[in-house]
Parts: sequence; structure tokens; C-alpha cells
Amino acid sequence: MSAVSDFPDWGDPHSPANSYRLSQGYITDTFPQTSVPNMVTAVLADYRGYDTMFETVVIFTAGIAIIGILRRYGPKDKVIPEQKLYKKEPDLIVETTCRLMIPIIQLFALYVVAHGHHSPGGGFQGGVIFGASFILLALARDLQAAQKWVPESRILKLAGTGIFIYAGFGFLCLLLGSNFLDYAILHKVMGVTPIEARSHSMLGVEIGVAFTVTAIMFSIYSNLASNGYMKEGL
Amino acid sequence: MIEQSPALILIPPFLVAILVALVGFRYQKVCFPLTVLSLAGSVVACVVTLMRVIEGGTIRYFIAGWAPPFGIEFRIDGLNALVAVTVSSVGLLAAIYSKNRVPAENPDKVSQYYTLFLLLITGLLGMVITGDAFNLYVMLEVAALTSYALIAMGPKRATLAAYKYVIMGTIGASFYLLGVGYLYIKTGSLNMFDIHEVLKANDLFGSPAVLVAFIMITVGVWIKMAFFPLHAWLPNSYAYAPTTSSAILGPLVTKVMIYVMIRLTLTVFGVEYTFIQLEWSNIVVWMSVLAILAGSISALAQTDLRKMLAFLIIAEVGYMVGGVWLADETGMIGAIYHIIADAFMTLCVFLFAGILFAKTGKRDLSAMDGQFKKMPLTLVGFLVGAFSLIGIPPTAGFFSKWYLIQGGINSGHYEYVIALLISSLINAVLFFRMIEIAYFGVKPAEGHDHNHSSDHDSGRSEASASMLIPLLITAAILLLIGIFNKDLVAIITDFVSPFNIASGAR
Amino acid sequence: MELFEAISTKINYWVYIVIMMIGLFAMISKNNLIKKLIGMSIFQTAIILFYVSIGVKEGATIPILYHDQVHAAHGDHGEADTSHGEHGAVESHEADIHINPDDFTNPLVHVLMLTAIVVGVSTLGVGLAITQKLHREFGSIEEHEILEIIKSGK
Repeated sequence: MSAVSDFPDWGDPHSPANSYRLSQGYITDTFPQTSVPNMVTAVLADYRGYDTMFETVVIFTAGIAIIGILRRYGPKDKVIPEQKLYKKEPDLIVETTCRLMIPIIQLFALYVVAHGHHSPGGGFQGGVIFGASFILLALARDLQAAQKWVPESRILKLAGTGIFIYAGFGFLCLLLGSNFLDYAILHKVMGVTPIEARSHSMLGVEIGVAFTVTAIMFSIYSNLASNGYMKEGL
Repeated sequence: MIEQSPALILIPPFLVAILVALVGFRYQKVCFPLTVLSLAGSVVACVVTLMRVIEGGTIRYFIAGWAPPFGIEFRIDGLNALVAVTVSSVGLLAAIYSKNRVPAENPDKVSQYYTLFLLLITGLLGMVITGDAFNLYVMLEVAALTSYALIAMGPKRATLAAYKYVIMGTIGASFYLLGVGYLYIKTGSLNMFDIHEVLKANDLFGSPAVLVAFIMITVGVWIKMAFFPLHAWLPNSYAYAPTTSSAILGPLVTKVMIYVMIRLTLTVFGVEYTFIQLEWSNIVVWMSVLAILAGSISALAQTDLRKMLAFLIIAEVGYMVGGVWLADETGMIGAIYHIIADAFMTLCVFLFAGILFAKTGKRDLSAMDGQFKKMPLTLVGFLVGAFSLIGIPPTAGFFSKWYLIQGGINSGHYEYVIALLISSLINAVLFFRMIEIAYFGVKPAEGHDHNHSSDHDSGRSEASASMLIPLLITAAILLLIGIFNKDLVAIITDFVSPFNIASGAR
Repeated sequence: MELFEAISTKINYWVYIVIMMIGLFAMISKNNLIKKLIGMSIFQTAIILFYVSIGVKEGATIPILYHDQVHAAHGDHGEADTSHGEHGAVESHEADIHINPDDFTNPLVHVLMLTAIVVGVSTLGVGLAITQKLHREFGSIEEHEILEIIKSGK
């Protein structure tokens, strides 16, 4: 605690953390080097893209781990008596509201993903919003209804594809002779300048992240809510 | 492709992990071969990298092509490369071993299990080769989350142990993260080498924030490695986890955390700060003495084989922490050598414990009863591991202890030397007791279990090849490390000597 | 007065320590497994607060370039109407933009905290899953009750 008095004042623009060449370099060089106005996105997906890749892996791991811990398969596990399976009566107000809300939520999620270069947002945020739309569906109807849209096998496919998109970008760079995740080399494939190639690749990996986050968010919810049976919701 | 070898260490297990999750969901059969293949690829990349390091010195690999401190770099020197080779080969051996055990213990979840297994190896390798303090945290969490799950997939007791591990592990990782934050607030950098440069250039070593950062990082890492007063989560987690899980977690997780501690003390804070300015050496060495004694004595009290081994791990952690904090070059060499040797010998005995559990279904020492006749080859593998843990030449354990003891004498920490010797004696007692049971049996031969009724009394029934081969390879590696200890020490010395750790009496 | 100044200029850091201690206390002393997880969440949130506080600068704004700055950069090359659609010669305008680092908060800490948030959520998820499995196996989420069951039910 004595360390706090040694800290620089809060909000001081000249504290070491803010005045060191690292932070300043990010602020001044991001746009010239990557043509992305949102520095957070640029640092996230490019300078520290390796971190972010494994951040996505952390999410993926959590999803797989929860399936591994909780999921119960097979007919022998059907111990819930049928009458305890709570069947929700369709409620007019809830139903209609959801019908109106869910498309808008999903559209907004896509906007957040795609516009991450220019405004706060990106793959994680968009993915969470998209996943939330499915959770809303599951809450309003029941888990089965939402599972019609995203059954378990599709969840795994979506999540895996997301990371494959991310790692694929990285691996493509490696195959083209550059370092892992060095997007600049991709200009050979995309037909744009190296700097623009960075910008576009970032969009690509953000979409990958969004895939994974969407799938895993719903997977975590459905496993936790149904105690691993994937039959009955909350 | 050669210059990409650092990246290729990580990519095979990582990509295949996801592939296994995707494909293995439908086709369980492909999981095992894919896992083994990817880990073999990783081992090859590690060895190639090690060769390059030996020839050309430190390798720096800029991910995404950004020079640090802007981007993240892999910075691989003698220490990293050796530990990476160890981690990947232990992973490979444990993966071969897992062939029959995983379907037996988690029949529904083979693909998830292998995905988590590969991601654990990915996380550990990532921790080993990275040169960025924050990236280390991310990798730490990848490894931690997977190990929580790998433990929790075990039977009843394992779940509670996993819960404790979640709480303790999160506290440890959060402390580490806080420490990195304190360093960042003072230096403005996240790259380990860059942090050190800034600390030196601005002469920040006297600053209390840096001191707190050091304390937080050290305590965080200690929690993660189960250093004695902070070890509560370890024994139950390793004892009750599925056998493959404990065969992979036991050897690797604690060892990699010790590597992290060495990396942080040597590279980030520097020898001068850690050992001379702080004057902590004495206290920490005494703590490690306590850890060694507590671990060994608790092990003596156990009847459950794997729990006993788990307590031995705590004692071994004490060896290594003590060896590092002796502040002596020989001690440091011994500690690094011991990381490698200990990873393999722990693997050896845990593999044996797994085989025994698979064969007899019993957890305690009585399972050893008369096994010498039934599976002599398996027992030979186990003997090498046990001798190594005791420290009988020419196994690896002897030489690492030799260096550690020499380091202790050089720096005048005789209490550490005595603790080491006592612990070796206790190990001898433990393992000779087991050997005795295995050879002579605890009771007359007719009184054995009903699940063995089909076996003949003297009939040999070795463990299946997929379990036996990794055990024997591990034993062979232990002997090889022991016999070629000079070459290994040469690599380690090349790494350690530039740091000018005080050697000789002070 | 000195004390007051020491606190007020670094209020965020003090607050973070208080929150962190609350979280740590809950994690260690609570008996209910869910409450422990809540404590864990609080603990991690405190760390996030700490990191974000590092990046704050007085009078600075979010680290996203203003649109007119972007347009100015493009405009110098005769592409006044594009901000991202065109892929023209953008690489040569380093010298044209004048970005004052003091105008923007530190972007790095935000990136780091995005990672930490994700890690926190994942850990919480896994923790909840383990708790649920415990409840399924022991029928309780109170630590002492579970321990009793283990002791007696051997």
C-alpha cells in the first residue's frame, strides 16, 4: 500500500506509463502504419494480435472446459421426469417483443463488429451482443427453441471456425514468408497496399473473434442453465 | 522455414487442438493420432530451435513483425529452449500413454479431453517462449483454465479439489497481473527486457512500487507453483484427477512456474536487485527448507500412492526455489538442471502410478503387492524413476542434487544442504518400502483381489504397449540426462554465467 | 492536509485497493462457493479499475482519431470523400498528420483490460460450471457441508 504514494498522480499525462515511447508510439503511429483510426482496435488486433489470438483461445477453452465438466450425454442420463420439464406457455407480449428485438440486436451486433475500426467495438463486443440475442431467445421461449438455431454441433463448428479464421490469417502470413501474424505480407493476396492489408486483415480477424465469442457465449449459457442436459432451460 | 521454428513450436498443438474439437466430436478415433502427431511436430520444432540457440545464441522472433516494445516477441535463449524441449516431449509421452486411459475414464468426452490437453501444452509452451510480461499472463490463464477442467473431469473428490484450484489459481494469476501493472506504471513497458532496461536507465530499483511489484509477482508465482505455505491446492488436485491429467500436470505445471520465476528474477528484475539489494535470500532459503521438510514428511504419512507423489512434488518445488535463491551460480545451474530432470522423473512415477491404478483399480500402496512378478518391465521403468528421485547415480536426479548441494555449500546455506539430504533419505525410505512390497508382497499370494482371479499367480501381465513404451522411454531419458550431464550443464552454464551471479563463499 | 492531498490526487488507486480487499476477503472467508466466485469477480474488477486508471490523462479523449483528422489525412491526397472505402495511396502520409499524444488516453491499457475481462469471464464460467458439478455430486454448495459429506461418506 505504501507503493500508492509512489505512484504518479491520477490523470497525469506525463506519468511514465503515458509518456514512455510505447504508449506515445501507439498513439502517433497507429494511423500511419495501419490506417485504422481506432487505436484500441489496432493495438488489439495488430500490434498485440498474438495476445488477442490467445484471448480468443481462452474463451474457446472456457467453452470446451464447461462442456467437458458439465455435459451429460446419452439416454441413460435422462433422469428428469417428464412432468418436471417445464414447458413454457407462449406469452404474447414476451413473444412479440422478442420477435421485434432480436433482429435489431443482431443487426446492431454486426454493426459493432464491422465498425470496430472507427468507433468503440470489435469482435468481442459484437460477439457478446450476438450471443446475447440467442440467450434472449432461450429465455423468452425455452432452450429448445434456441437450440433449433444453434444446436451443439453447430456451436463447436462456429467456435472452431472463428479461431481458424484468426490463426489462418496468421498462418497464411507465415506461409507467404513473413513472421506469424504479420498481416502486411497479405497485400500480395489482397491486392492492396501493405498498410491497407493490415486494416483489412484486422477486420477479418475481428469477424473470426466474433464467431467464436457468439458460439461460446451461448454454449456457456445453455450448459449452465440446463445443468449439462441441454434439454431444459431456466 | 527454419527461421520460423519458434512460431512452429506453438502452432501444431494449437491448431490441432481446435481441429480435434471440430472433427473429434463426430469421429472419436482420430483424436489420439492427431494429438500425437501434432505434439511430435512440436517436439521437432523445439529441438530445431534448441540447436539454433546452441549454434547462434539468443533467437528473437517478432510476432506480426513489430519490433518490441510495440509488438510481442519470442525471445529464446538456452534456458527457454531447454525447458521448451522438456515440456513438449513430456507432453508427447503423456499423450502416448493416454491412448487407452482417456476413453476408459471419460468415455463421452474424448475429443474435449484431447482439446484441453493440447491447449494446456500450448499454454505452457507459450509461457516458456514468450518475452512479454503480459503475454505470459494470457498464456498462464490458458494453461490454468485447461488444468482446472482437466482436473474437474475426474471423479467426485477431484471436483472439490478443482474448485480450490480455481480460487487459488485465480488469486495467484491476479497477483501476477497486478505486479505487471505496477511495473507498467513505473516503466511504461511490457516487454521483459525492455522493463529491465528502463528500470536500470531510470534507476527505479529503490522505488517502493517496484518493490511491491516484485513481492506481488513473486507471491503470485509461488501460489501457482505450490511453494510450501501456499501449497494447499496441490495434493488433492493431483491425487484425484484422471490419471492422464496428473501425468501431465504433475511434471509440467509447477516446473514451468519455476522457470517463470527464474526468468523474472534474472531477466526482469536482475540479479543485483533480487539477490543483493533485497537481502531476502536467507529468508527464502529457510522457507524452502521448510517446504522440503514439510513435503517429505507429509509424503511419509500418505498411503495413497498418487497423493504421496503429490507431496513429493511440493518437496521438489522447495529444492528448486531454494536452489534459485541460494544466489549462487552452481545452485542456479542445479535448479535449472533439476527442472528438466524433475519433469521427467515426476512423469516417470506418475505414469507408473497411472498404470498401477489402471491394472488394479486400487489407489493405495497395497496395489504394489507382488507386481514384480506380474510386470517386471514396468517395474524396471519405475525403479529408474524412483532411483532418480532418491538421487542414486547415474540417474539424472543424482547430478541435479549434486549441483544443488554444491551450491548450498558454496553459499554457506548448510541448513539447505541438510534438508536436501534428509529429504533424499525420506525418499529412499518411501520408495524402498514400495519396492519391498512389490518384490515380496505384503501378504501371502493366495489372498489377492477378486478382480485378479483370472490371472495366474505368477502369470506375467505387463501394462499395454501404449502405457509401457512411454514409461520406458522416460526411464531411458532419465538415464541419458544423467550420463550426458556435462553437455547439458554446458548449455545451462552458457546461459547462467553472463548474469554474474556471485559464486563461491561470501 | 498533506494526507488529504495524498489521497485525493490518487483516489482511484486507493479505491482500487479497497475494492480488491473486499474481493479477497470474500474469496477467503466465505463458506458459500458461489459467494467465493462473486468475490473473485470483484477482485478481478478491481484490477481492471487499476489498469484503466493508469491510462487516464487529464483533458484527453478516447483513443480514436477524430473524423476530421482522418479526412485531413486522406484529403491531402485528393481523396476527400473516403475514410475507409478506398484503398488508395495512404501509406505516404505519415508526415501530414499531427497527432498530439496528450490528446488521447493510453490505448494500451484498454487493450490489456479487454483481455483481462475476457479471462475473468472465462474463469467465472469455469468456476460456475465446477460449482454446479459439485452441487450435482454432493447436493450442496456450502463448503463445510461438502467436507462433511466427504468425511462421512467414504
